[in-house]
Amino acid sequence: MQDLGRIGFSEDQAALLDVATDFCLQRSPVSTVRRLIEDELGHDPAVWKEMGELGWLGIAIPEDFGGSGLSLAEVVPVVEQMGRRLMTGPLISATLAAQALAVGGTEAQKLAVLPRLAEGLAATIALAEPDFDWEADTVACQAQDAADGKLALSGQKVLVADAGVAQWIIASVRYQDAPALVLIPAAALPAGALRRETVIDETRRSFALNLDGVSVSKQDLLDPALAGTTLMHLHLAANLLAAADMVGGTQSCIDYTVDYLKTRVQFGKLIGSYQALKHPTVDAYCKYEQARSHLYAAAHCFGEQGTGEIAVRMAKAAADAAYSFAADRAIQFHGGFGFTYDCDAQLYRRRAIWHAANYGDAGFHKAKLARLLF
Amino acid sequence: MQTVDPKDLAAFEADADAWFNENVVRDPGFMLPLTFMEVGTDQQFNFLRDWQNKVYEAGYLGAAWPKEYGGGGLDQAFQNAATRAMRRHHGPIMLNAIGLNWTGPLLLNMGSEEHKKAHLKGILSAEDIWCQGFSEPGNGSDLGNAQTRAVRDGDHYVVNGSKIWTTLGRYAKYMILLARTDPDTPKKYDGLSFFLAPMKIPGVETNPIKKLTGEHGFTQTFFTDARIPATGLMGVEGGGWKVAMRTLEFERGTRGGQAGGYVAVGSNAFEVLDLAKRMTRSGKPVLDDPQVADQMVEFLMEIQALSLNGQRTQVPNLVADHPQGIPLASKLMGTEMSRRLNEFAIRLTGARGAYYVGEEEAVDRGVWARAYLNSFSATIGGGTSQIQANIVGEHVLGLPKS
Repeated sequence: MQDLGRIGFSEDQAALLDVATDFCLQRSPVSTVRRLIEDELGHDPAVWKEMGELGWLGIAIPEDFGGSGLSLAEVVPVVEQMGRRLMTGPLISATLAAQALAVGGTEAQKLAVLPRLAEGLAATIALAEPDFDWEADTVACQAQDAADGKLALSGQKVLVADAGVAQWIIASVRYQDAPALVLIPAAALPAGALRRETVIDETRRSFALNLDGVSVSKQDLLDPALAGTTLMHLHLAANLLAAADMVGGTQSCIDYTVDYLKTRVQFGKLIGSYQALKHPTVDAYCKYEQARSHLYAAAHCFGEQGTGEIAVRMAKAAADAAYSFAADRAIQFHGGFGFTYDCDAQLYRRRAIWHAANYGDAGFHKAKLARLLF
Repeated sequence: MQTVDPKDLAAFEADADAWFNENVVRDPGFMLPLTFMEVGTDQQFNFLRDWQNKVYEAGYLGAAWPKEYGGGGLDQAFQNAATRAMRRHHGPIMLNAIGLNWTGPLLLNMGSEEHKKAHLKGILSAEDIWCQGFSEPGNGSDLGNAQTRAVRDGDHYVVNGSKIWTTLGRYAKYMILLARTDPDTPKKYDGLSFFLAPMKIPGVETNPIKKLTGEHGFTQTFFTDARIPATGLMGVEGGGWKVAMRTLEFERGTRGGQAGGYVAVGSNAFEVLDLAKRMTRSGKPVLDDPQVADQMVEFLMEIQALSLNGQRTQVPNLVADHPQGIPLASKLMGTEMSRRLNEFAIRLTGARGAYYVGEEEAVDRGVWARAYLNSFSATIGGGTSQIQANIVGEHVLGLPKS
């Protein structure tokens, strides 16, 4: 029988979970979440600075490059608690950009960029393209050697999270007929290269990126020999962190629903006493516990060949199912109020859809798992 | 807590491995029960009783119970290692489930010295089979409504009434019995008492109940002026509800102390995966059907999650928000998963799903159909899933009572 992963929990994870639980509760009440929806930037720079001071941006960055030298397993509890409070900011994006460099960057790139990311500069990755294929290595954008000795980029990227504040964007491209990654400094982008997209999760900031006319130095190409590995690593890391955000959101969504079921009276009874509402809520809770177990197994086994991929895909698929169900029922169980913009249930439902749409939904990952498991 | 030397533990597990490898009977020549609730024939009973005794004598059952009561006096880690070895070698189930998993831990937890001395060894050796007298006809999951009467008469209580769904009732020497000693209390729970009651005495009769599988397994038990010794009273007269609730904690596995071994062979999702590879539809493995594959992955994810849930309960930081959540929800999740998995397995067998145990054309001797029908014993017994969902909703999520 294959090893499908197991739970492990480090002291660093415990400490980070503890701190993140309080921090996210304090800094991201739902009133703040709603205020930031209207804000162009979409997050509070002061809070982002505090996150940097807490060392959260360098958790998985090697010590040699200014980070804490831990792993994504230690980022998971932080992102989980952020998801629980619908907290915004480019932490997931910046962590993924750092992963791209740590795994597939050249020594010079690591030296130049990783310490800056650990200090709190934002960055992001750009993998998706307008064919909206979730496969990690489906890339149409191009990088070509130009007459001036630089790399001329072309093509379109979509769903580039947090690109508006990113100092660097790491994009997948085809170079010499193979998938590759390039590090694009924000300064290299001409005016109008980024277009803010209207996305279902209004707490997110997402952009379309036009690479036509963008050129970068050849030194900005990540190590071509590691491109395949890096793309797969990013695909799994993105899904792991999405699962973390989703599991946190699921928990909150259930809490939010339960609070209502405990206070709302209809037909002379608290509605939570009706089994028609109680039992699906318990179903949502059971799915949540399963998703959280998958998440922490995926966090623990992430780096293991084979097992890591199985565990991550299971975690994302379970989180998608759990979050979608819990948030969907949260809307329904709030009745008429649930149908309004004022009810927080829609915030969770929208975020669940955002995460399912990025890097693969439950159906996609289960199809992958079928190939891995059978 | 004793400290466990990893070397001792590894050696113990290696010995256990070798022992189970040598002693597990692969095919006794008749269908073995998948759970302790399915023991329907004397042949099955005798085989499983001998097997449990053999495992106990070898030191692989009750290894963590105190020595003075017949246990091995070792750390729980040793029993866990023995149970792992038992599973690895697909050993038959442990027969005396109610004794091993709820009566024994209950006695160790709140029994008198006399009770422990009198009963624990017999539980481990399978000499004394135990059954449970909680449910009554017409009361379903509403235990507190028990009507069976016990009236004090000198050194005895005189019992009248009836209990139902008595697993192993035909074979049991003792019953843990919840009976009403005071019918007039304002609160119905205050009039109940808890007894360790002998079964092989005048006035106790058991009638087999034919299950939906077509087999026997449960009995209804009738008490007619049965005189049980007052020394069998657990706790105080009128304090039976508390003891019963404690028993349920052991039954539901939310408290440790079980003797070890296992009492049910859950249908393994990997066995169902194997079935999906063997069965064909339109000339192709049924697993080639994307819907089947998708569902199969979900089952594998679910079974993996249940195992991970168990591991996660060992990490207090990761269950802090709902400390009792996973233990209480496990019964619901595990039993419902098993029911759905077995139903799925029948569907995989296609047209041959129409056959049943006894028909030679039945896939795997009809084990999937039988397992599915039997799986309801766990989604209904010990509180229905609907009651369990109420318990989880109310005790874990804090929802108002139904």
